[in-house]
Order: sequence, then structure tokens, then C-alpha cells
Amino acid sequence: MHRLSRLTKPCQRAFRPLWIADPVASPAIHSSKQSSTQYSSASPEIIDDHHDMQRPPVTTFTEDEEMVRDAARLWANDVLKPVVREMDNDSKTNPEIIQGLFENGFMGMEIPDEFDGSGMNFTSAVLVVEELSRVDPSVSIMVDIHNTLTNNAVRFWGSDALKSKWLPRLATDCVSSFALSEAGSGTDAFAMKTTATPSPDGSYYTLNGEKLWISNSREAGVFLVFANANPSLKHKGITAFMVDANSEGVHVGKPEKKLGLRASSTCPVVFDNVKVDAADVLGEVGLGYKYCINILNEGRIGIAAQQIGVSCVLCIVLLIMESYLTFYHRHYKIAKGCFDIAMPYLNDRKSFGTKLADFQGMEHQYAQIATEIHAAEVMTYNACRMKENGLPFVKEASMVKLFASQVAEKAASKSIEWLGGVGFTQDLLAEKFFRDCKVGSIYEGTSNIQLQTIAKRIKDEYQ
Amino acid sequence: MKILVPIKRVIDYAIKIRVDPSKGAHAVQTANVKMSMNPFCEIAVEEAIRIKDANKNKEDEIVAVSIGPKQCSETIRTALAMGADRGIHIETKPDVRGDYIDLQPWGIAKLLKGVVGREENVDLVLLGKQSIDSDCGQTGPLLAGFLNAPQATFASKVTKEDDGSFVVERETDGGTETIKLLPSDGPAVITCDLRLNTPRYPTMPNIMKAKKKPVETISLEDMVKELGLDLDDVLKPHNQVVEVYEPPPRKEGEFVGSVDELVAKLKEKGVIG
Repeated sequence: MHRLSRLTKPCQRAFRPLWIADPVASPAIHSSKQSSTQYSSASPEIIDDHHDMQRPPVTTFTEDEEMVRDAARLWANDVLKPVVREMDNDSKTNPEIIQGLFENGFMGMEIPDEFDGSGMNFTSAVLVVEELSRVDPSVSIMVDIHNTLTNNAVRFWGSDALKSKWLPRLATDCVSSFALSEAGSGTDAFAMKTTATPSPDGSYYTLNGEKLWISNSREAGVFLVFANANPSLKHKGITAFMVDANSEGVHVGKPEKKLGLRASSTCPVVFDNVKVDAADVLGEVGLGYKYCINILNEGRIGIAAQQIGVSCVLCIVLLIMESYLTFYHRHYKIAKGCFDIAMPYLNDRKSFGTKLADFQGMEHQYAQIATEIHAAEVMTYNACRMKENGLPFVKEASMVKLFASQVAEKAASKSIEWLGGVGFTQDLLAEKFFRDCKVGSIYEGTSNIQLQTIAKRIKDEYQ
Repeated sequence: MKILVPIKRVIDYAIKIRVDPSKGAHAVQTANVKMSMNPFCEIAVEEAIRIKDANKNKEDEIVAVSIGPKQCSETIRTALAMGADRGIHIETKPDVRGDYIDLQPWGIAKLLKGVVGREENVDLVLLGKQSIDSDCGQTGPLLAGFLNAPQATFASKVTKEDDGSFVVERETDGGTETIKLLPSDGPAVITCDLRLNTPRYPTMPNIMKAKKKPVETISLEDMVKELGLDLDDVLKPHNQVVEVYEPPPRKEGEFVGSVDELVAKLKEKGVIG
């Protein structure tokens, strides 16, 4: 379908059904009166002359960032949205969608132009994750992990040779996975049992072990694997390896059947005497533990963005900042996704002659949720800018992930209540966002871990 | 080959328009409203890129030109991100309204004629058939008139021939019409209809690369002076907006239980005798 086919001939345009005008409203909701489409597209942050502001609010973006966000939103609504339900039902991400992600440059967002990447900044990447989350958190997590964990790790710590070998592939056709967790080590990542035995001459390593909960594993062309090259040194032996998925001995197991993020493949990955060239060691041997801590801090911002995206479904508040690029971002977006579904419904549906949105009890509820989404948004974008400006952001990253995932869960749950019976069905995507966001308090550092990270930082501040 | 694509910044097509009839000609609210490239202009940009790709000549140039306030630079950036090579921004004062109020098709066409001459060697001017705010559909034909150019409107297919002519298919109520625009001293003018193509999404790398493509910014006054035009003539209104109001809300339909009931209702409403 031509994406502009909504435009009818000029003489008829005045009478076109207004509901078509909203690119974000769920197709199942038909209202003869279009009430909140204004919000979906006219973000509060689009103010004509904000480019001139001194010290502008964190909710405003540069021209580049806005263009990037608009392009991502367009693609997400036109190309991704129609297949979201089908991919969730089949627990599979369509190859055409993955191809579209590469073609549009969403997979090499911060990779520099000379390596065939998009050459964007952190906030732009976060905005893309946010827009994708607002439509499908399962797809946004693929993009999130790939960009903020693998791509960035290679960019930060890879040798020139490693970068030349992998970055162009990561930007153009190769999906990646971050293989850290195992059956016996999640939060306690350093207790990993996967070993990487160096050959006598040190020219290659032999990897043995089994990773679990690995996202993107079915589609991945490369795994960023953390294995211990010297268990006697405990965690100081952990080393990061770029392992080609086609390597002999790499076996991707059956995907987990999950509550949410079903289109995202989460599989065990077995490494059975896999030979990895010494040149494919990322950075230095024994520093893997540092790399993974560092990179997960950034990942947190993305998750926040994702969660906010989910909440949006619930909230009228459009876009929540997905600053926590990776996961955070997604969560924040989840919140908005829900809001986008619920609010038009509340403005349309009547009970006892009154619109649901006009009952004071409802007003209080959605105002509260909108406020919390906005707070998560502001925190997320602020953390993005802190990172971009080279300021320490570990505490803020943890705060954003913690808060955004909480907001998303609450927003998703409330949205379904507001939508009533139909919110409980698969006619709307609200129930999907509700299922998708639960993992927000679990992956990329559980909420309990976030609380501890924040507490430690605060304690240190007051020493 | 050089293709000129005039583009217009309008209220985004997906936005619900807010009308305040008390504001007279300025009833349509544009403050804090999302603006984008006119969809028919997007189609024109896309067609220009396709023609250039088919021509396979690296020297070919697509020039996007827009007339409007400072924010038009974003619209030009979008055209560059899609694949245009350079841009010209004729910058007006911020409060100048292009939707049939201040800048009218007559003035725009006069300016574009000047730009064609200034650019030299323009082979083709591709425009959207109309803008979605004023829906005039006049700029293309007026420009063709001013240029004495061969023109085709509402193109649904465009093919460039080796001899420099353009074969254009047009959808009419009577069927598809195919016409040939013969080569002439100046450019041909073609306006683009909805089904001509599906505009590409600007990819992330192209958005970043668009930053490096040259955009010339020149104020309306300076351009008018350079082209030897008269500013009053360019800005002179040939039409006046009398009234702006929202269409009456669509009334709900009625469900009927049977064909007999339907016939009875139609008779009641005087639709059938």
C-alpha cells in the first residue's frame, strides 16, 4: 500500500475519515471523531525556534536528531506496524524487517561513515530505539543490543584490524548477539563457566561452554562471547571474543517460549571446541570483565528508552525519552506505546453519556501516569546528554533503567484497565506491550542490582 | 542533465488541522504544529532521483528549491537526505504564510522562472501537482506558462527519451493518456500525481550525508533584486481568502434491517421518487 494513499482527491479531502490521519492509533480503534491525533505527530518538543534557545531543555533535539527520529517513526509505522501482531504470534522476526533495519541504517547507527555506518550520535540512536519500541519492543531490542552493546564494544575496544573486519559487516548485513549469561550466572556474571583455552603458540583459543538467554541468537551472524581464558585468575581472566556464527562447533539451541518480546529469539548457544583466532579477541585478554560492565551501563539507557516506548502506549504522552539508549530507552518507549493506544479510546468511548476521558477518576489516573512517563523521559534524555558530554553517568543510567521499567509496567497495566474488556484481548496491542515490558525489571541488570548500584554511588558521594 | 525540484513545507499530512474561524484568513493554526514536505513534492523528489539513476550520468544534478521561512532548510535537508544533490533556500520572513495568504502561486511561479534562468541548462522542472494546504495546483502550470515550456500535469509515469523528450502517462477519468513533451530550448515542466511512485524513506546514513551537501540561502528580497523582479509584483495577492471554517462534522449513519426499510428511508429523504 502506498504510504500516501491516505490522501484522496482534493475535493474529497475535507471529508476523509479523520481516524486515518493518526499514524500511531491502533487499527482496531475506529473513531468518527479524531481527538488526539494532534499528539501523535505534533510532539510538544517541536517548537519552531528552539534551535536558537540558550541551554535548551533536554526534551529538544537538533535538526539532525529530529530528522532521524521522524524517519524512524515513518518506517516503524508504515513498514513495521502491520506485521507486529503476526511476528508476535509466530515468535519470529520477519527477514524483510531485518533487511529493512539494515537498509535504513538502523543497525550501524553510531558506526562511522568510513565503516559503512550511519555516523550518528548516541541520542540519535536512542531516538531510533524509542521510535521502534513505540511500535514493537521485540524489534527495538534487536537494534538496541546490536548497536549499544556489540557495535559500541567493537568501536571502543577493538583493534584497528578487528574494527575493519567487523564494523562494516555489523553495519550492513550481520546481526550480532551479546553472549554473556549462562545457566549458572546472570547477575553474578563473573561466575561464568565458559572457557577459552589458548593454543600453545597463542595463535588461537578454543571456546567451550554454554550460554543462555542470548537475544538475537537465531539471526546472529556473529557472537560477542565472554569466556574465561585463565580461570585461575578468576574474573580477571574473562576475555571478549568475536565469534563468527558459522564457526564449527557453534550450536544455537531452540528459542525460549517467552511471555513477551516473543519475536525476539532468545536461545541457548553452545560452544563446542570452537576455534577463535587470536585476532578476534576484542581488546585485551583478561579485560573482558571491565568491558562488559562498561558497555552494560550504556545499554541501560537504551532499555529505559524502550520501556518509555511501551508506556507511551498507555500514555498520551507521546514520546518518552529513550535516552537510556538501549534497554532503558526501550522501556520508556513501551510506556508511550500503551498510552498512544489508550488515550484515543478514552476520548472516544462513552459511558452514561460521558466520555471516559472526562470522568474525574480517569483524569486523575492518566494524569499521574503521564507525569511519571514524562519524568522517565526527561531522566532518560538527560542521561543521554550526560554521556555525550563525557560526564559520568553510571548512577543516572541505573536510575533511569530502574524507574523507566517501573513506569512501563505500571503504565501498561493501567492502560489495559482503562481500555476495559477490549484491552484484555488481542484486538489491541496493549496486552502485548504489557507482556513485553515485564522483562524490563529483569534484563540488562535486575532492578535489585540497579538499586544497589545507585545506593553505592550515593553512599560514596556522602563519604 | 539538471532537474529542478521546487518543494514546499506544509502542515504534516497526518495532523488534524485546527481551525479558529475568528482569525479570518489565518484561521488554520500553524504554531507548534508539525510541518513536513508536501507529499506530492516528495513524489517529485523521488521521481527526480529515479530519472537521474536511470540516466546513469554522474554529472547529473538534482536541485531542490524551497521558498519560505528559516525552517524550510529542514525540508530541503529532507530532499537532500532522499538523494537531491544541492539546495536553494529563498528565505522569507518568519510570519510569511505560504498557504494562499502571503505567497501565492503567481509569485512563486515568477520566482521559479527566475531560478530556472539563474541556474542555466535546467532540463526538467518536477513539481507536486498541488500542495496539501492551499490545494491550488497552479504553480506548475503558471511556471510552464511563464517559461513557454512544454508541460504535463498529474503525471503517473515519466520516461526520459534519449532525444531529450519526456513521455508522460496521465490518469484521466476517461483512461490513461500518454503524451510526449518535445525537446525545447528550455526545461519541460511536469507535475506529479499520487501514483507516480512511492517515495523512499531517508536512510540514516543519507540523513547524515545530507549535512555536507551545499545549500544556498538567499533572502527573498535579495533574490527578487538579483532576478530583476519587483517585490510588490511577486507578493501581490491575486486571490483573497474570504472565509475559513471546518467542514460540518459527519453525521452518524443509520443501520437498516432490510431492503424494504432501506427503500422506505430513501423515499422519506426524497432521494428516490
